Amino acid sequence: MRSKLFLGATAAFAVLAAGSVILPDWAMFLCAMALAKGLVCLGIVGMMRGGVVSFGQGLYYCIGAYTATLVANSFGVSDIFLLTLLSALACLLVGMAFGPLLSSYRGIFFAMLSLALSMVLYGSLSKMSVIGGTDGLNIAAPTFLGWAPEGRPLQTALYIYVVAIVVIAGTLMRIYFDSEQGLITLATRDNELRVEYLGASVRNIMTYNYVFGAVLGGIGGTIAALALGHVDPEFAFWTTSGEFVFVAILAGYLSVPAVFVAAIILELVRSFSNLYFPNTWQLALGIFLLVVIVLLPNGLGSLVGRRKGNAA
Amino acid sequence: MDLVATILVDGLIYAGWLFIVSVGLTLVFGVLNILNIAHGSLYAIGAYASASLVGAYFAAGGQAFPYGSYVALILAAVLVALVLGPLLERGLLRFFYGRDEVLNVLVTYAVFLILEDVMKLIWGVNPYFVYEPYTLLGDVEIGPLFYVGYDFAVIAAAIVVGLAVWLTLNRTRIGKVVLAVIHDSEMSQTMGVNVQRIYLGAFMAGTFLAALGGALTAPMISVTPGLGVNVIIVAFAVVIIGGLGSVPGAAIGALLVGISRAASVHLLPEAELFIIYFVMAIVLLFRPEGLFAKTQVRKI
Amino acid sequence: MTRTVLEVRDVQKSFGAVTAAKDISVAVPEGAVFSLIGSNGAGKTTFVNMVTGYIKPDSGSIRFADRDIAGMAPRQITRMGIHRSFQIAQLCNDLTVEENMLLAGAIHGASGPSFLRRAHDPEARDRAVATLERFNIAEHRDRLVPELSGGVKKLLDIAMAMAGDTQIMLLDEPTSGVASDEKFPIMDLVMEALRSTGVTVIFVEHDMDIVTRYSERVLAFYDGRIIADDAPDEVLLDPEVQRYVTGTPA
Repeated sequence: MRSKLFLGATAAFAVLAAGSVILPDWAMFLCAMALAKGLVCLGIVGMMRGGVVSFGQGLYYCIGAYTATLVANSFGVSDIFLLTLLSALACLLVGMAFGPLLSSYRGIFFAMLSLALSMVLYGSLSKMSVIGGTDGLNIAAPTFLGWAPEGRPLQTALYIYVVAIVVIAGTLMRIYFDSEQGLITLATRDNELRVEYLGASVRNIMTYNYVFGAVLGGIGGTIAALALGHVDPEFAFWTTSGEFVFVAILAGYLSVPAVFVAAIILELVRSFSNLYFPNTWQLALGIFLLVVIVLLPNGLGSLVGRRKGNAA
Repeated sequence: MDLVATILVDGLIYAGWLFIVSVGLTLVFGVLNILNIAHGSLYAIGAYASASLVGAYFAAGGQAFPYGSYVALILAAVLVALVLGPLLERGLLRFFYGRDEVLNVLVTYAVFLILEDVMKLIWGVNPYFVYEPYTLLGDVEIGPLFYVGYDFAVIAAAIVVGLAVWLTLNRTRIGKVVLAVIHDSEMSQTMGVNVQRIYLGAFMAGTFLAALGGALTAPMISVTPGLGVNVIIVAFAVVIIGGLGSVPGAAIGALLVGISRAASVHLLPEAELFIIYFVMAIVLLFRPEGLFAKTQVRKI
Repeated sequence: MTRTVLEVRDVQKSFGAVTAAKDISVAVPEGAVFSLIGSNGAGKTTFVNMVTGYIKPDSGSIRFADRDIAGMAPRQITRMGIHRSFQIAQLCNDLTVEENMLLAGAIHGASGPSFLRRAHDPEARDRAVATLERFNIAEHRDRLVPELSGGVKKLLDIAMAMAGDTQIMLLDEPTSGVASDEKFPIMDLVMEALRSTGVTVIFVEHDMDIVTRYSERVLAFYDGRIIADDAPDEVLLDPEVQRYVTGTPA
């Protein structure tokens, strides 16, 4: 069974990496951003499997982005691997601090508390003029183990990098979802009392999922910051988090690839609406969201999945 | 001493405003069990509607009797409630009753997104100013401090709104029915209550209160797109602190947030937004359901 | 003399003005089969809930495996070997029968639940199916929980609780929600499966025929107290039990 998964992952990498040859600059940038955001959404999907939805995942997206930027600007670090690692580490620590705290909340309270945390960060960053306030900061282009490409090669390298991260993270999360802990997560969504009376800790499960989401959010934020060359407090704003939730709902919790497909769909819809209906893009998004909720309650993943919980 | 007084007065003014914008949110949640993100949009629409209506009033020669603009303000909120209340509740929300709470948050998030753009389509993106009602009441002098009289009118409005909601709920027959529905809607339905009508009424009342908040605020600010976003964020904090669905909770939450924010603005301006959520986090740590929420024990 | 496996001493519990447990003291020998009887609200389920950690007693001690477990979390008590079933079977509705069983197996596995090992591992599935077979419900393994009859749900609930190293099994009304002609077959099946493991059984029951047929000792509850504690025949002849519990002279 595992071999099928690794085969799928390799195929996904090959197909996505081929994009670096075929895609024009704008599309490659769009895909890189969508995949980076998809990582954040994958974290939300992990939590959704346990029955909670974070409305504040922008917190980690923003911490990741700012960690990378501050490290790059203060210490002159430009290596993308090191920056990603440091951001992931920062988010791991913050996630481990808040995870146990949030793990006893469910439903609206979990959603709103996570939202509150991200808004605290947004508010604090906006007022901190030393690190750019609402204007944010710029971050220089990354290097890859000493190689410092420019122009199209830079774009390509960044794109391949995010594709590799997405495939690795996606594969790991799939393994987790299918694992014994993954089954306990699904059971928690269903019946916490049963899980506790079997002897497993629901709070631990919630904490694991939260921390994984934090790390994924941080990695996504780092890549987005490097792709944009700029970070600002909007990374933590609630509408940013709202879009992550949107993608997670669109994807559903059954399929990992669906998360990235949904993220790309959102970015495509956004850029085309921006181009053709600049004033009604949110309107389109809202209607789209309602349609998904009504017609696809289990998300895109349910279109390909055989049955709940068993989808590939 | 002056500082304490300033913080208290500023805090009360802000709390009054907060209460008006939050009480509708908590009422709607209590009855419909839906945490309405679109509450912020309804607030913004109230602001636009009152800006338009007050503008029209003065354009039609309202200078002769400027106090009539206050009637225009309230009328704007009533109009918003009459049009959007039934449209949203009957047209959309009623299909989602009894569904997952978080899913319902997303439904109202979708409505929020839609309304944000609808506002731009109707009112454009340029700011509206209607300062007349704001300056009309003159200034108030408290010790060495000057305040705009209108600010105190907002406190008065909050008290009137609070009393009206409380009296309606506790002293009228219909209010008692609403409280019964808040307590247990299934039971109320079997007792012969027309729950559908209560839901519609409560949502219209919530819409009116949101729009009233916007309408009263419009003269104090420039009405621009994106107004609703910040409002919903603070209103959430207030409502969560007080306990979802509790009217007295919303009042206490508004006071707590109002005074903390005023203190922060004067003592530590960097922490203005931080403090609101800090208060919320502290309250939730000690009272996970908020200050006035009903707690339920599951029977197994 | 067999060893005492569970010793409840002077346990008290009240909810506001309502006394749910008053001076409850019981010693349960290893391998015994106890039943708890009494009208609704007499304190049977409160007893089960206190022993399994859902409710913390106001005072008194509950000794198991040389420790006072009163007030411990359900999860800790479960890990020590006291398991329970529920009046309303507690199952995961989005999962199949087999997956519910796999869940129980994953949590009770020797090394603890893994982040890497597949939940649907062939070995784990074999083990799950073996347990399902013991309770005669293996044929339903691929069905989702909402499709099951009341009896099958009850059996699955009990089977899941028996997946670990169970020393004491508390059954809260094992035959409630079960069709009347299924009651005896189900109890036969459950008691046979449980006895084969040597587990100590405490069950709550309203049906006196089931009580006399399956239990060795009966605790009769009334108003939060134990009013009789003896062999079934003796307890059912007790005038107090007849007045407050069974309603009619036997």
